[in-house]
Amino acid sequence: MNYRMTVHVLGILMIVEGALLCVPALTAAVYREPSGMIFVALAAALVLAGFVITRFKPQKRTLFARDGFVIVSLSWILMSVFGALPFVISGCIPSFIDALFESVSGFTTTGASILSEVESLPKCMLMWRSFTHWIGGMGVLVFIMAILPLSGGTNMYLMKAESPGPSVSKLVPRVRTTALLLYVIYFVMTLAEFLLLLAGEMDAFEAFTIACATAGTGGFAVTNAGIGGYSAYSQIVITVFMILFAVNFTSYFLILHKKFKEAFSTEIRAYLIIVALTITTVSVDIRHLFGSAGEAVRHAAFTVGSLMSSTGFATEDFNLWPTLSKTILVLLMFVGACAGSTGGGIKVQRFLILGKSMRNEFRVMLHPKQVRKVKLDGHQIEPEVVRNINAYIFLYFLIYVVSMLVLSLDGFDLTTNFTGVVATLNNIGPGLNAVGPTGNYALFSPLSKSVLIFDMLAGRLELYPMILLFSPLTWKK
Amino acid sequence: MNIIIVGCGKVGKTLAEQLNEAGNNITVIDQDPDKLSAVTDRCDVMGIVGNGVTRAVLEEAGIADANLLIAVTGSDERNLLCCLLAKKAGQRCETIARVRSPQYSEDAPYLRRELGLAMVINPEYAAALEIARVLRFPSAIKIDTFVKGRIELLKFKLPEDSPLAGMAVRDIAPKLHCDVLVCTVERDDEAFIASGDFTFRGRDVISIIAEPKSAYTFFRKINYKASPVHSALIAGGGEIGHYLSIMLLRAGIDVTLIEKDEVRAEMLSEEMPDATVIHADATDQDILMQESIDKAGAFVALTNIDEENILLSLFARSVSRAKLVTKINRIDFDNVIGRLDLDTVIYPKNITAEIIVRYVRAMKNTIGSNVETLYQLIKGKVEAAEFLVREGSPVIGRPLAELDFREGVLVAAIVRGRKVIRPRGSDVIQDGDSVVIVSNHLGLHDITDVLR
Repeated sequence: MNYRMTVHVLGILMIVEGALLCVPALTAAVYREPSGMIFVALAAALVLAGFVITRFKPQKRTLFARDGFVIVSLSWILMSVFGALPFVISGCIPSFIDALFESVSGFTTTGASILSEVESLPKCMLMWRSFTHWIGGMGVLVFIMAILPLSGGTNMYLMKAESPGPSVSKLVPRVRTTALLLYVIYFVMTLAEFLLLLAGEMDAFEAFTIACATAGTGGFAVTNAGIGGYSAYSQIVITVFMILFAVNFTSYFLILHKKFKEAFSTEIRAYLIIVALTITTVSVDIRHLFGSAGEAVRHAAFTVGSLMSSTGFATEDFNLWPTLSKTILVLLMFVGACAGSTGGGIKVQRFLILGKSMRNEFRVMLHPKQVRKVKLDGHQIEPEVVRNINAYIFLYFLIYVVSMLVLSLDGFDLTTNFTGVVATLNNIGPGLNAVGPTGNYALFSPLSKSVLIFDMLAGRLELYPMILLFSPLTWKK
Repeated sequence: MNIIIVGCGKVGKTLAEQLNEAGNNITVIDQDPDKLSAVTDRCDVMGIVGNGVTRAVLEEAGIADANLLIAVTGSDERNLLCCLLAKKAGQRCETIARVRSPQYSEDAPYLRRELGLAMVINPEYAAALEIARVLRFPSAIKIDTFVKGRIELLKFKLPEDSPLAGMAVRDIAPKLHCDVLVCTVERDDEAFIASGDFTFRGRDVISIIAEPKSAYTFFRKINYKASPVHSALIAGGGEIGHYLSIMLLRAGIDVTLIEKDEVRAEMLSEEMPDATVIHADATDQDILMQESIDKAGAFVALTNIDEENILLSLFARSVSRAKLVTKINRIDFDNVIGRLDLDTVIYPKNITAEIIVRYVRAMKNTIGSNVETLYQLIKGKVEAAEFLVREGSPVIGRPLAELDFREGVLVAAIVRGRKVIRPRGSDVIQDGDSVVIVSNHLGLHDITDVLR
């Protein structure tokens, strides 16, 4: 372990978070809210502490795989703890564990809340809540890589540990340029959504917060009515962008380079087919609940886009929909977004690779000596990647089962517990029944909340970093 | 610059590391994913699995925007074909091919011209050339030349009882009456750029810059033998041994060559009737003694096994006072090897990489002044670069003492026409001068980079 370098990166992280805290501070200045001082003070403290820490330059700057995992998971925990402070200090969320839940939910782009109503909160707090989605969506370490020249090639380990998806590919030879390009695409798309929402009935504050929450596929709304209170136009804009932000960002890079054939990879096609099929089925299934077919399609598309992209916005209480629709929606939560997007879930790519390797297993059973490799888009998938995904799926369900067991101590019904874990481990937000679109997570015990906090972080960081942080194997000398 | 490297072997890997550090965008192509990930895990480069001699893979690697393609796969034919393809697919892509077979190498200038390649490099020939240069001046571990051979950069190790031990750098000129400039001193794992009050110790490794004549007197004064060797015993008749023998024979040095393979030995003997070719295993001590290793002027270990080469040289050290040259191909334990008493160690992959890196640096020339030649004085720590200063450069017309140099920069020599100037504070750089700079800032592109 390179402890000094780990501390150094954490120091940089504090400076960056301090700088990002200026966004809610500015909001407070605009709306003349006294609680803005908390953000100013916290930002100053973080920047100062960060500068002191980074003054001590480590001699060895090389990072290995182990350091990468530890740095990423520690960064996210530290970032969430600092992010929770404004809620506690201002008294908006007095309990620390609740504030941490809200903060983790923000950074991991989950959007699960312990608040029953949000309109009484100062605007700067709402801004911070939504802005954490934007920071967490693309990853804060990727952001640091984009703006700061970290040493050598070893920071690829950081990127690998923070980016969603089974295999991380660079867009261009350098990590730094890759990170920068990702952020440019991310920023431009967020800006486009902001402008389109502004063209509707929203004011600048609403348009900005909603755009941030969509971009990170988060799901915190700023009104008690959620997205249901906005016009059909706004809902359609949000639907389209939710679906777009769950697409692998490499595709946008390829489209910019006019490589359309490569851009529509197997994963993207599979993703779009799933979206289209489920929207159709759900629309038919819920047709009788709405006055017109158009309305049914609109709500079906919004909900499918919201849950598959792991955003978790809601226009309608889908808890009241027929069982077929609810089942489909819960299954979508497992599938999740595309690899390399800002969305959560197991990811379409993993299912594609698993499906293909499963078919290969069948063939090998019939022809025991047959040689066959898993291929995706003409590229061979290394056996290590397949092996890694198998272990991932097992780990996923292990975490799932343990979380369910702990939650069941609280005495809620099976659906609540089942979907509560689905919605946090996949970074979605709302589940069904008590944690449905109209409910919230406040009712759980502190122990259950801690487990869900762990689930959100584990889900965002693709399980391994969080598990490795707490594994004795990592800390063995 | 955007650079594509095809082939991820020893040279490909070294090139990727060094060119990446110099701030280029590197894409590496190889068919073996394991070899690729060994590079992509260690440095910030992109790896593409595939056959670099196909258009699809080259396009995926971004040949359209590439400035340079370096083909260093195991096969000469593939390297050449790859360069041809790249030439057609990329609009402004220069190409470098590694061609190692002697038959093709004879055609190297022709191939280069007719196929439009920027460079054809033969690692074995380059290594042999470097060995031959060291044997010409056996006291040095390494010799590099600047300004078309007018200035030499020599690296040598002080013996325990050297007259230089205990002497300060500034005392050399008054005490020894010769005109050399001490650039760097390596002691244990540290490297220093020598200042005036630096005091030498035994076992220091020193680099000096001097004209060949002054270097000769300097070595005489500090009790080194400065004359070329008269006979050389070479273990291993591979390509390097073959090229080296030809070069040494041409310089009038007696060559005894030991080769294990009978067919190969016969071929070598036919090609070089003046050399004594022995068909035997060089690890046999009797054979070495029989071929009077104890009296040889130089012993060069060039077998295919690195460990064997090290052992052979250590044995030679114990029985003779010959100048030792050891070839290391694969193993990467610089600091351990550096502590052994081995005189000169040759790393063919580094020599090839260094030549290509030098070419890349020259490709990036800027107006005003540019890098003509570049050597890594101490691997990854200190470089020596030759700049050609052109009109308009801010270093022109002011005495050196008035220029605000960065720390760790040494102006080692100024060459004006035929004259070599040992720079002093009052000297002034003029338009058209060649200036040699020694610096621990790596990757200098322009002489103005040395100013604060």
